[in-house]
Amino acid sequence: MDETELRLDGNAVAGILQEMFVPELTAARGRCVGCGEVGEMGAQHLYMYPHAPGAVLRCRFCEGVLAVMVRGGGRVRMALHGLVWLEVPQPAAPA
Amino acid sequence: MRIISRGFRGRRDRTEGGRLPPGQYLVRDFPVLSAGPTPRTKLTDWSFSITGEVDEPKTWTWEQFRSLPTETLTRDIHCVTKWSKLDTAWEGVSVDTLLEGVETAAEYVMAFSDGDYTTNLPLEDLTGGRAWVAFAYDGAPLEPQHGGPARLLVPHLYLWKSAKWVRGLRLMNDDEPGFWETYGYHMYGDPWREQRYSGD
Amino acid sequence: MARAAIQRRLTWRVARVAEVVDETPRVRSLALSVPDWPGHRAGQHVDVRLTAEDGYVAERSYSIASAPDDGERLMLTVERIDDGEVSPYLTEELQPGDPVELRGPIGGYFAWTVDDGGPLLLVAGGSGVCPLMAMIRHRAARASMVPARLLYSSRTLDDVIYRDELDRDGGDGSGLEVVHTLTRGHPPGWTGRSRRIDAEMLAELAWPPERRPLAYVCGPTPLVESVASALVALGHDPDRVRTERFGPTGN
Repeated sequence: MDETELRLDGNAVAGILQEMFVPELTAARGRCVGCGEVGEMGAQHLYMYPHAPGAVLRCRFCEGVLAVMVRGGGRVRMALHGLVWLEVPQPAAPA
Repeated sequence: MRIISRGFRGRRDRTEGGRLPPGQYLVRDFPVLSAGPTPRTKLTDWSFSITGEVDEPKTWTWEQFRSLPTETLTRDIHCVTKWSKLDTAWEGVSVDTLLEGVETAAEYVMAFSDGDYTTNLPLEDLTGGRAWVAFAYDGAPLEPQHGGPARLLVPHLYLWKSAKWVRGLRLMNDDEPGFWETYGYHMYGDPWREQRYSGD
Repeated sequence: MARAAIQRRLTWRVARVAEVVDETPRVRSLALSVPDWPGHRAGQHVDVRLTAEDGYVAERSYSIASAPDDGERLMLTVERIDDGEVSPYLTEELQPGDPVELRGPIGGYFAWTVDDGGPLLLVAGGSGVCPLMAMIRHRAARASMVPARLLYSSRTLDDVIYRDELDRDGGDGSGLEVVHTLTRGHPPGWTGRSRRIDAEMLAELAWPPERRPLAYVCGPTPLVESVASALVALGHDPDRVRTERFGPTGN
């Protein structure tokens, strides 16, 4: 058996993607590609201005770019290449 | 469904309407926008380069750059965040002067800056007396918050194309997106055609 | 309060102004009635959207000043910036009964619930007190005994927002202490502090780092930068110092 028989369609990751991207993300923790520091997104430095389509989130330690977001023209685009990883708490299992 | 906010107009000075591109309003101050912290490069460490698809790269120290012939100019500037400022007075070195004697078949340019900012432009838009590397604003050295010691000035395009803290131009055969263009800003950015986002 | 189990996509909803309250000559609170408000955590904010007749749109964020315990009633406190675009409209034009579009609640980083514990160190500059007031009100609504201190910098005594409520709450024996400092002049007989918040003041008023206070700092960018750095320099854990900067430009 090789990987062609084991791999799935990307659809199958829908649940994890929803766990990841539906929650409020300023409390999410991430690790900076540039310096390796870990922190909550809400604690980082944001460069954003009224009416500006773009916003840049930078590491509060090294000022490296963590994420860039651009809104406009009917869409929101986001790049997360400045993060080694992004982490949200898993929803608690129902009691 | 949009709810109209009765009596709300916004801060929109549309006087001088004929000189304002669509969607822009007039400001009297000079708003400061930046995608990151303000770099503080010492003039002794500063240089300006022409690189990329050229037969011979060129580079100037600050002293050499400042000994080039300069021009003063007065232009209207337009920011993608919807403000425009009329009759801004600059002094700078024309990009034509910087490109004198440069042999190239390139058609595009990536302007690059301290702080890793980049923005792309057609070479054509930087020549013919339409672009400068400006080092003075309103009769005084350009302040760091406005891009000093020197910034690119391409007043006929949205101001994100006028890279602050510019350190050089990389000539390219093919158009490539710069910092904002990668994330969806328009590749060209003509304010009169309201080219804010790719697809506009 | 547990984190809401179901999270919804942000949608714009229409609130109505129920009441306006002038807090200071420059600051007005808007009590809004928001049908189906999903609830919030103290410290969160909303986006407010204004649309002109010709379709022009302006959006700004405002901290929620009311406790999450007030049901569908939401209070925003807005400082008028004289050459601003949105705040003059919100503080001068908007009347009870008018509709306002908003979405939220937004944010989870600069938020506090009584279950997060303390001691709670709140540091505010000017209208930066608004989200901290939501924490103070939430603490009071839950009859929490978490020790809390508010260090609040205002220009003058007339610029102090929620002054009466803070005077009352600060003396009610629940463990909330309120310390004012005035930076641009003070009335005769003023016995409070009268200088910018500095490291010395924080060393005196913040709990010692060994108590591991949870700090929330909100206000103009320079104040937030200097207070946060001073707290870390005093030995406080950077991960327990949460900040919200208003930025340099008004709106």
